Amino acid sequence: MQSSIEVGRDPAVQYLLRIGDTCLILGQRLGEWSGHAPVLEEDIAMANMALDLVGQARALLTRAGQLGGRGHDEDQLAFLRDERDYFNPTLVELPRGDFAFTVVRNAVVATFLKHLWERLLNSSDSELAGIAGKAVKEARYHQQHAGDWVVRLGDGTAESRRRTEAALQTAWLYVPELFDADAVDATAAASRLGPSWSALHPPWLQDMQAILDEAGLAVPQPSAFRSTGKRGVHSEHMGSILAQMQQLQRAFPGGAW
Amino acid sequence: MSTLQQEAALQAQQAAPRDEWPLWEVFVRSKAGLDHKHCGSLHATDGKMAIQMARDVYTRRQEGSSVWVVRSDQIVASDPGDKAMYFDPAEDKVYRHPTFYALPKAVDHM
Repeated sequence: MQSSIEVGRDPAVQYLLRIGDTCLILGQRLGEWSGHAPVLEEDIAMANMALDLVGQARALLTRAGQLGGRGHDEDQLAFLRDERDYFNPTLVELPRGDFAFTVVRNAVVATFLKHLWERLLNSSDSELAGIAGKAVKEARYHQQHAGDWVVRLGDGTAESRRRTEAALQTAWLYVPELFDADAVDATAAASRLGPSWSALHPPWLQDMQAILDEAGLAVPQPSAFRSTGKRGVHSEHMGSILAQMQQLQRAFPGGAW
Repeated sequence: MSTLQQEAALQAQQAAPRDEWPLWEVFVRSKAGLDHKHCGSLHATDGKMAIQMARDVYTRRQEGSSVWVVRSDQIVASDPGDKAMYFDPAEDKVYRHPTFYALPKAVDHM
């Protein structure tokens, strides 16, 4: 069995891994809809979005490997880290839930990523700026698609509204973590690698407010709960999704097909 | 209602169950300047969704730069029973093809 690799604690690498892992893990979660979405057309749409996210993760993990100086490539970073060395916010690792939860989470994350990519277009790292140029177009579409679904379900039947409200309540618990600032953010902002994630809160909230208003849904009350995935401390769901993702590379090191 | 009408109504009901989203025909234009071509159909609740679904289902491999959708039940089609009367008479009208003109050399590649 292939043993784990360790990543350094360089703040720039951490910053890239946070974004890359967000895309990687959400991409894996969305992929779980393949063959299970409510209609064929949406099944394909979900798979498209999952593949966009995995593509973004590949580029980001490759760049993180280059900056990390340990010679790790995208596959090693995606498949050979231990749970504590993944830095995605907890929200994206939560189980896919029902379709309402999926589209609510997609709207939250796509809106966040859209604003993040827009700021990363001006990154001091030209590689990262290049990745952002491609990814921002994908994120804009993801936001439109997910936002439309939130409106349809929120403003739909009694059942769809009930489910969407419940999904919103759950997802909202994990939102504050996205915008908590820390040393990694401060270093990235100072070096102009990328914005502090806390700076993205006002435009994110404005977009979300517009979507929720149209859906006739209220913005949930804030909670004192704080998730900690960005620091590598994950929910109980992270272990199982990593086991599923890593199984092949662990059992057949370097396996390709 | 006559038996025939009842039968027709029943058939229509079976063809489009009430809980089924309406069907849309999708037209994709591959490049600016070319015309939109019919490429298939899909189900969606309204035009906005149909456009997004068309994008996701039919332009995944760089097929498109523009998409049209139209509800399938809005298309008026010729009756297959009229095929002989409508189209066969054109068979022996070769003079309708512009192939009887000698083109000057200069425009040989028209």
